[in-house]
Amino acid sequence: MKPAPFVRHVPRSLDEALKILADVAGDDGRILAGGQSLVPIMAFRLAKPAHLVDINEVEGLDKIADDGKALTIGARVRHAAFHKPVTGNPLGALLAYVARHIAHYPIRMRGTFCGSLAHADPSSEWCLTAATLDAVMVAKSINGTREIKAAEFFDGIMSTHLKEDELLAEVRLPLLPADARFGFYEFSRRAGDFAMSASLVTYRLDGGKIVDARVGLGGAEASPRRIPEAEAELNGKAAGDAAFRAAGEAASRAIEPLVDHQTDADYRRDLVRVVVRRALEHSLT
Amino acid sequence: MSEKTALTLTINGKDHAISVEPRRTLADAIREDCGQTGTHIGCEHGVCGACTVIVDDAPVRSCLMFAVQAEGKKIRTVEGLADGDTLHPMQQAFMDNHGLQCGFCTPGFLMLAVGVLEREPDISDEDLIDVLSSNLCRCTGYQNIIKSVRAAAQEMRK
Amino acid sequence: MTAHTKGSGGDGMKWVGRSIRRLEDPALVRGKGRFTADLPAAHWVRFVRSPNAAGTIKGITAPDDAMVITAADIKGVKKITPMLHKFSYRPVGQPILADGEVRFVGEAIAAVVAASEEEAEDIADLVEIEIEDALPLVDSRAAVADGARQIHAEAPGNVILKGEVKTPGFDEVWAGAAKIVKIDARSNRQNATPMEARAAHAAYDSITGRITLHCTTQMPHLMRTAIADCLGMPESDLRVVAPDVGGGFGQKMSLCAEYVLVTWLARHLKSSVGWTEDRRENLIASFHSRDQYIALEGAFDKDAKLLALRADVLSNVGAYSCFPTTSGVEPLMAMAEMPGPYDVQQYQCVARGALTNTCTMAAYRGVSRPVITFTLERLMDKAAKAFAIDCIDIRRRNLITTFPYKSATGLEYDEASYRQTMEMAVEAINVPAFRARQQLAREKGEYLGIGFATFSERTGYGSPAFAARGMAITPGWETVHVTVDPSGFVEARIGSSPHGQGLRTTLAQIIADEIGVPPGMIKVVHGDTDTAPYGWGTFASRSLVISGGATLIASRKIRAKLLKIAGHMLEAAETDIVLADGKAKVAGTDREVSIAAMAREAYTQTHRFKGEIEPGLSESGTYDPPGTFSNACHVAIVRLDPETGHVRIERYLVAEDAGRIINPMIADGQVHGGVVQGIGNALLEEIVYDDSGAILTANLADYMPPTAHEVPPIELHHMETPSTQSITKAKGLGEGGTIGPPAAIVNAINDALTPFNVEIDTIPATPQRIRALLRNAERAP
Repeated sequence: MKPAPFVRHVPRSLDEALKILADVAGDDGRILAGGQSLVPIMAFRLAKPAHLVDINEVEGLDKIADDGKALTIGARVRHAAFHKPVTGNPLGALLAYVARHIAHYPIRMRGTFCGSLAHADPSSEWCLTAATLDAVMVAKSINGTREIKAAEFFDGIMSTHLKEDELLAEVRLPLLPADARFGFYEFSRRAGDFAMSASLVTYRLDGGKIVDARVGLGGAEASPRRIPEAEAELNGKAAGDAAFRAAGEAASRAIEPLVDHQTDADYRRDLVRVVVRRALEHSLT
Repeated sequence: MSEKTALTLTINGKDHAISVEPRRTLADAIREDCGQTGTHIGCEHGVCGACTVIVDDAPVRSCLMFAVQAEGKKIRTVEGLADGDTLHPMQQAFMDNHGLQCGFCTPGFLMLAVGVLEREPDISDEDLIDVLSSNLCRCTGYQNIIKSVRAAAQEMRK
Repeated sequence: MTAHTKGSGGDGMKWVGRSIRRLEDPALVRGKGRFTADLPAAHWVRFVRSPNAAGTIKGITAPDDAMVITAADIKGVKKITPMLHKFSYRPVGQPILADGEVRFVGEAIAAVVAASEEEAEDIADLVEIEIEDALPLVDSRAAVADGARQIHAEAPGNVILKGEVKTPGFDEVWAGAAKIVKIDARSNRQNATPMEARAAHAAYDSITGRITLHCTTQMPHLMRTAIADCLGMPESDLRVVAPDVGGGFGQKMSLCAEYVLVTWLARHLKSSVGWTEDRRENLIASFHSRDQYIALEGAFDKDAKLLALRADVLSNVGAYSCFPTTSGVEPLMAMAEMPGPYDVQQYQCVARGALTNTCTMAAYRGVSRPVITFTLERLMDKAAKAFAIDCIDIRRRNLITTFPYKSATGLEYDEASYRQTMEMAVEAINVPAFRARQQLAREKGEYLGIGFATFSERTGYGSPAFAARGMAITPGWETVHVTVDPSGFVEARIGSSPHGQGLRTTLAQIIADEIGVPPGMIKVVHGDTDTAPYGWGTFASRSLVISGGATLIASRKIRAKLLKIAGHMLEAAETDIVLADGKAKVAGTDREVSIAAMAREAYTQTHRFKGEIEPGLSESGTYDPPGTFSNACHVAIVRLDPETGHVRIERYLVAEDAGRIINPMIADGQVHGGVVQGIGNALLEEIVYDDSGAILTANLADYMPPTAHEVPPIELHHMETPSTQSITKAKGLGEGGTIGPPAAIVNAINDALTPFNVEIDTIPATPQRIRALLRNAERAP
């Protein structure tokens, strides 16, 4: 289980990184950031990139910035950076809560936020977060900068609409309203395992009624996404058991379930029903 | 085969000048190129944690880093824990509390626990269990590993 | 929460019974252990493994100028062909590299040799194997069905062995029963998953022509015998060393074809050759276990007293037969030990081993007992339900209470405490308080359950037990050489081969008490066929009983000789001499002589003994006991989430009796570790094949050993019923922890499921399986 040979490139600047990427992209070149997902699949030789552009030395990609509208997360920002809230906006607490569920402590020391999105594992907590909050992906190449909405970014299991010469340089997460509530719940069989279903929800209460509901679902379909059918069950309703159950049911019906040896379609729907409702219940705690 | 790169790894304060392919994992380089075989390899895909070492104060899986990425960083392995004849409190606690049986996973657990406790000395018992769930042990059933790490945490806080 | 009763030793018993720190640990915590993969080699091997479960090899194409060994290159090497002389056993042979046919995904077809592991893997990727597919037989029921394709020419119907037993009078008792209770139990497949996967390193000595094979094994001597047999070489030309071994749990007690090939390569290349198995290989191609179907029926009288058991055991033994135990290890143990701790004198059983296109089965901690205990204990709970009595009550009515007891299968049970350990557990867990809590929880829509498992564990059995199975090799006895050298330090060379069990410490404790030197002066040497006496290794909860017994015998001889020497040197009667604290003293006087001085005398001043004492201070002991039964009661309290099917163990309690405990700390550690493997067995771990025979769980994210997060604190309670069948009075306990959890936990799950009126009789009891039962119940009209 040793990775196949590759040529490593170590750019020091973003421009240099993009130039190298442009050169090697056609020759099976890939970005190496935290490596916590890429290196295992290289060890199994499920990926055999000929070139790795190691961006760990690139200046400026390790920044987290809050400009009052959005949180911008650079390509080198590691999961552990979110262990404590990175902003006083409710988004900071949300990210800190979600981060604790990502794999294990040593993995969070190395793995990166943007790397998770580019890897696009259907179970990834950050992919779920990006989809739920309608993140904007900032892709850069020598041809310029392209902004991709989360809803248009994911393209099935471990696949995105990033072009091969594009680097996911940063991700912008819109800040939440100051009175936003969030809830998160994921189900896995062991601590740190990939979620077999996970849900992230946010909403506000206006006169006791739910408004601006977002119900994100991960680990259930080929890509994480918001579930409009579930959101429709929430908006305008009181935050409580009836609406939460209805949202769970709606999500369960709405999905095209992923199937694997430990999760058949019926079971996946069962889990979706539960994780959506429990994420909503968590929002009240 | 691809071209080898010459680099220096600094392990437990000692420089090792080596020449490796870029694909050489840090775990393999520590063991085979630097001869520090205390770090063990249990799965090579980042799940078991037997290869955990501390790189620039962070406990990491050395099977998920390439050796070339560790140049210029401070690497600590199990061989560097003791101060001469004096064991690190974590090593002593594992001996005192029977925190090991076959000893294969032990270096990884020691480095994980030391790495986390150095960063978060006041970590709660509950969070500590979450941290220890990062690594696999097949002999001890974790009971005495948890006991050992809690005992060492007390000692390290002194 | 451990309460040990005091050791029952006399005046001299100072070390046995104490939780002294392990002598193994100082090196291991410093990273100074020496494991096989730590050795550098000139050549590295990568195996090219079959991607197909069944078929005929039509061609192997290797890159030019690469060294790729195939079956054609090793024509003279014999197949691995273990033998049983009973039970209609069909000897099937495993070629070292697949020869013409492949029989499971992961079978080694070719071996690539290169200067590094990376390079060998690069070349292995380029080796092209052309296989003409045959229909794979994955499930044991399909394999033994009429008309199934035959996997080995030698085994018609794919049945490698069939054991049958029926007690006289069975039919009559069966016909007269008040109630018959039945279970169809399914145990899915597991992998022992030692943290160190397999590894071998063979080095050729150009001066002597000998090969030294370091390998991660539980039985170095038998490896030497078996490999020498395969390669047709004198055993004296092969030295096998088991250095530090990173866990075995049975997986490392069988001969691996890979080790034979690595040894062959070192001879062929006259060089050093290494192979380190990767985790994927370990999961798909090392050894598997526990893949069984058991249909068990119990016939009860009107008072819920068990009268008779009838069992049908079908064990999926995989593609080949493991050496030395053979494929009989699971089905025959299931047949012999099914009645467990219950008083039942009528028994009928058919136990078959089914050859399939899957990885070969071998022993894994507990072997069949986790499965048969699960089955029998589920049966007892079902019977309790059928009789509308409590699950503890039915056990009270049926546990064996008088000893010695002869089982329906002819096993002699020595004195044990089945009933007492259960009562101890019942009291400690506080059943009434739990039932009250359970009721309150149910009213809130929360589901708790309690489950019990009582079992006997046959341990420390010698060669007659293996002979009874008809094994061509009966790994029973052990020999120990104890030497006090002229410096006064002690060395014990043992044939057992511990790998985490702490035997260096516990044997030193036994020796220390006999000859009066502290354990720190005693070195226990093992694992090297050049220095250790021939022995069978460490497996089957045997080492402390058998090697410990041999150690005691040798130590007593040393003690006797020391008393003689002391008598000479102190001019006193032997009976007046006490050995303690590194000295011999004449009781009631201040006359004393150090053991070091006596040892020096024994070698260097033997003329003083006037021919009455033989020179030197080295003795040997051999022990081959009949076997002794440990016992335990495990209790689990679980919380079931009916919406996800998830099970959380809230409490786990063990009341264990393993006879005299030599080192309580080490004993507890063995139980802890066993229980957690059992938790994996009950809830998490499963090797899953698809219909094509491919494995879907070939990494440690999909194959799931428990982590620290999934296990509760384990509460231990002990009794010590000294064994009459073991001279140290100790019983074995290496496997016991693993045996109880599937039964206790799944019984607890079923208790929690009571309001839903569904039952699960499959392990692991995964959330998907539990949800499927509940969903069907929800959908039912």
